[in-house]
Amino acid sequence: MKRLGPRIEEKAARIGLLAMTLITVSVLLFIILFILRRGLPVLNLEFLTANPTDMGKSGGIFSTVVGTVALTLLAIVIAAPLGVGTAIYLTEYTWGGPVTRIIRFGAECLAGIPSIIFGLFGFILFVTKLKFGWSILSGGLTLAFMLLPTIIRTSEEAIKSVPPAYRNVSFSLGSTKWQTVTRVVLPSALPGIITGVVLSIGRSIGETAATIFTAGSALRMPTSLFSSTRTMSVHFYILAREGISMPNAYGTAAILIIAILAINLLTYYLMNRFIKKYS
Amino acid sequence: MTNDTAIEVRGFSQYFGEVRKLKALDLDVKRNEILGIIGPARSGKSTFLCALNRLNDLVRGSHHEGTIRIDGCDIYDPGVDVVALRRQLGMVFATPVPLPRSIFENVAFGARREGIRGRTRLDGIVRDSLEKGGLWEEVKDRLETSGLKLSGGQQQRLCLARILAVAPEYILLDEPTSGLDPISTMKIEESLRRLKKEYTIVLVTNNTKQAARVADRTAFFLNGELVEIGMTAKIFTAPDDTRTDDYLRGRFG
Amino acid sequence: MDGTAKKRVGNKLERNDRLVRLALLVIAFSAVSVLVVITVFIVGQGTPIMFRYGLKSFLAGTSWYPSEKLFGLWPMIVGSLFVTAGALVIGVPFGLSCAIVLTEFASKRVRGIIKPIIELLAGIPSVVYGFMGVIILVPFIRKTFGGPGLSVLAASIILGIMILPTIISISVDSLQAVPPSYREGSIALGATRWQTVKMVLFPAARSGIIASIILGMGRAVGETMATIMIAGNAAEVPHSLLAPVRTLTSNVALEMSYATGEHREALFATGVVLFVIIMVLNTIANATSAKRRKQP
Repeated sequence: MKRLGPRIEEKAARIGLLAMTLITVSVLLFIILFILRRGLPVLNLEFLTANPTDMGKSGGIFSTVVGTVALTLLAIVIAAPLGVGTAIYLTEYTWGGPVTRIIRFGAECLAGIPSIIFGLFGFILFVTKLKFGWSILSGGLTLAFMLLPTIIRTSEEAIKSVPPAYRNVSFSLGSTKWQTVTRVVLPSALPGIITGVVLSIGRSIGETAATIFTAGSALRMPTSLFSSTRTMSVHFYILAREGISMPNAYGTAAILIIAILAINLLTYYLMNRFIKKYS
Repeated sequence: MTNDTAIEVRGFSQYFGEVRKLKALDLDVKRNEILGIIGPARSGKSTFLCALNRLNDLVRGSHHEGTIRIDGCDIYDPGVDVVALRRQLGMVFATPVPLPRSIFENVAFGARREGIRGRTRLDGIVRDSLEKGGLWEEVKDRLETSGLKLSGGQQQRLCLARILAVAPEYILLDEPTSGLDPISTMKIEESLRRLKKEYTIVLVTNNTKQAARVADRTAFFLNGELVEIGMTAKIFTAPDDTRTDDYLRGRFG
Repeated sequence: MDGTAKKRVGNKLERNDRLVRLALLVIAFSAVSVLVVITVFIVGQGTPIMFRYGLKSFLAGTSWYPSEKLFGLWPMIVGSLFVTAGALVIGVPFGLSCAIVLTEFASKRVRGIIKPIIELLAGIPSVVYGFMGVIILVPFIRKTFGGPGLSVLAASIILGIMILPTIISISVDSLQAVPPSYREGSIALGATRWQTVKMVLFPAARSGIIASIILGMGRAVGETMATIMIAGNAAEVPHSLLAPVRTLTSNVALEMSYATGEHREALFATGVVLFVIIMVLNTIANATSAKRRKQP
């Protein structure tokens, strides 16, 4: 191969890399704009507040919004305390050793498991073995397990970034470990922890494979934890795949995209506040 | 042990893993005195302070030999309540560490933790402590601003007030003025002179002149050993050990 | 010491602290327990049938006709492999380019724009990616190259995009973790930016970059909804890039809703194969990033 001069190589590399980056960014912008352009015209208050009729061919998406919110809430309510508790244990109550390694390994493995496996597992354990049926409860529990590693990791990072000096101050003032954790460490780490929780909310809103087999796909308005429900993502999937109604599919997708955008903005806001506080 | 001995250290060594950071210390701290501890960097001065309030326990792999008695009670006895011990020995660190909350909440930290809620009681404790710490006049109109907004010297006095609010009997200071300008330093030293009427104070300093100014007695640490301890005037004018003399004359450290 | 009262309060606090520690330890084992329970259930449901029909016929059999009790997973294993390989071919160059631009070439302002956009990429639901594939990519492939459009190629491209955030974020982390002195040293010796990247940063960040690729691979292997929508799902070994293909994940998701008896067991067995692949990838990624952490 003929060697290029370093100057030319530098230029070529720079242009090549920038072009690739540009393509990546444009693909993403394209996806978002494409969905929004076709979905926004469908959106109005009625679309959001009316229940779907005729398999989703007409009407709105209200019951799927309710289902998504219920499922997400349940998942967060279960996963957040477990995740934050684990993070507290790993950062404040242990100095490493085999137990910590096992816990970390477990969390990291869990993070890599594909959502369809969670779906399979939730189906066999919650839906059939425990006889919860396709329900918000089955779906919420499955999602909670899925979100757990994310919440552990983000909380751990948030807690670790609290300056050690704060802990020394608290201890030297005669606080117990738990008082130090609840009165000094957690308040300082809160924005970071919330960021992780918000990211998990985003993930659970977008999840399909794990929820379709555990929460089912009933379009009725859910009435209890044991009602089957259809999330927005599942609704969008069914509308699009079975060609039931393209306008409604675009409308649902637009809502999903807007929700994700809002969540990302919120995390950015929180992270910035968090970073400002400690620098 | 005489009645005016507050802290009695006997054959005390502190280890971090294999490293022996303090070597068989023997010394006493007398009640209501300011004991200055001087010595070059990394000579074990701060480690000694953290041995007194058992903050060293938080370091991985730390263990010790020998005894430390405070008010006659062996503080490393398994039955001792570390939390109560730490409340008795308030500590000020080298860099001021206000918690990221208001001045008021910083000082009220200990009281709130004890479940004290009434606003008047909290107000009283905060005012009292800030007055003793010599900061009240400067901040009385802006108690709700963040503790981080204060100047370095004010922050350090805030930290002092914060420990006073927990009503300790001892105050441990770890190079409290190392990052401060001369005026702030002077203010802190004034507070200390006032406080020794009520408290027993151990002052670690890397500034020998500060020890000369405020300490009643001074101890000289070198490489984790106590070289000598005695009345400040004697240490600074006629030390027994040539190493003390060398250090004070600036031959090393 | 005004002894006893204080001491008693303190002892109560200490006892509480021990209880808290115990409770937290129990909580901390939640993630591990979930992992164990999932493993037990998936493996418990999926392995008996594998041994009943013989591991070899299960893994290497080329026919998948559940109604006739033919459970050959080979087409799906090859399918997952092809699609994942394709995704890496697309995702790795773009991902690494973005990572390098973000850490080395972009100004702070440009970084401030690109980074959130890429993080947004991670948040978009996979069904939306699949949908974009169906609406835009599949017709395009059908028109330009012929064939059904639903194909290895389509799935590779969409999955390639989907794994970008994983590759980018972990590579960026490991590139940023290279001590600034390496960079400065290289520049001071007269190397250009690109030479510095090529000869200093890449080797130094190698294990992190490899970990990012392996984790991206894990994502591609595990992705379900998008692949179902665009890969065509034919349970046959694909003979070209334009042929339809079924992955392991699709196999489970497509038939789970109506499968019963041995058919359902066979789907769990598919899950077991998937699970093993993912665990192997995770362990490799873990090992490489652990090595990275140990480096001074």
